[in-house]
Amino acid sequence: METAAQQIPLEHFLVLSAILFSLGVYGVLTRRNAVLILMSVELMLNAASINMVAFAAYTAPEAFIGIIFAIFIITVAAAEVGLALAIILRIFRNRQTANVDEVNQLRW
Amino acid sequence: MTAAQGVFYVIAALAVAGGLGVVLMRSTVYAALFLILAMLAVAGIYILLASEFLALVQVLIYGGAVTVLLLFALMLTRTGDLPETMTGAQWPAAALCCALLVSLLIAAVATSNWPGDAAGQIAIVPFEALGEALFRQWAVPFEIASLVLLVALVGAIVLAQQEEGE
Repeated sequence: METAAQQIPLEHFLVLSAILFSLGVYGVLTRRNAVLILMSVELMLNAASINMVAFAAYTAPEAFIGIIFAIFIITVAAAEVGLALAIILRIFRNRQTANVDEVNQLRW
Repeated sequence: MTAAQGVFYVIAALAVAGGLGVVLMRSTVYAALFLILAMLAVAGIYILLASEFLALVQVLIYGGAVTVLLLFALMLTRTGDLPETMTGAQWPAAALCCALLVSLLIAAVATSNWPGDAAGQIAIVPFEALGEALFRQWAVPFEIASLVLLVALVGAIVLAQQEEGE
């Protein structure tokens, strides 16, 4: 297959993925709106996908397993977003709130 | 610094700015728009990694469908005129944990011996080979993924439909 000169070191992509992942973790821990927590999870999934594709491009490009993995991550994330939003809508219909702090009636 | 590295820094800055906007913005709609920025920046990263098909899929599905779905959900779960949101009370501890996590990950990246540095070539994946692999070698996960989508579709419809008395 064609090749292009590799001018960006692999670590750059890994550091970017680490930063995005940590931002996603911060969002999941801090945000109080359920939809915003979902957005932070999407950020984490994207960071993991960057990691996969970077490793595929730099270490084993003929097998492109990382790209296949990233395609499946996108697919499963899309399914998960649809289902999670249906759950959030249901909760909103019952409790009139999307704030996860106020949905605490099953707590000990 | 080569042109490719300059482009990478610009796209990475956009992605991190999008991520910061998602987790820090008070307005929920602005957070969703910053998520779109982050998704498009990640698509740019995929183009830098020579997988254009994945960048296309990212823009279409994430930037198109997923963020529109999230915006619809934000619209349907509003409790007031101004879509604002609070930050949890434990945000200093969360910031500390995430700073620890990112420093741990960057330390692991910096001190590891990654292969492929001395090669000097990045391979451009031909589209036909990707499609062939997806339908031959990865056919079973492909079908399972379509099953997952079907189950999610049915589940979302069942969960979100109106009940009898509403």
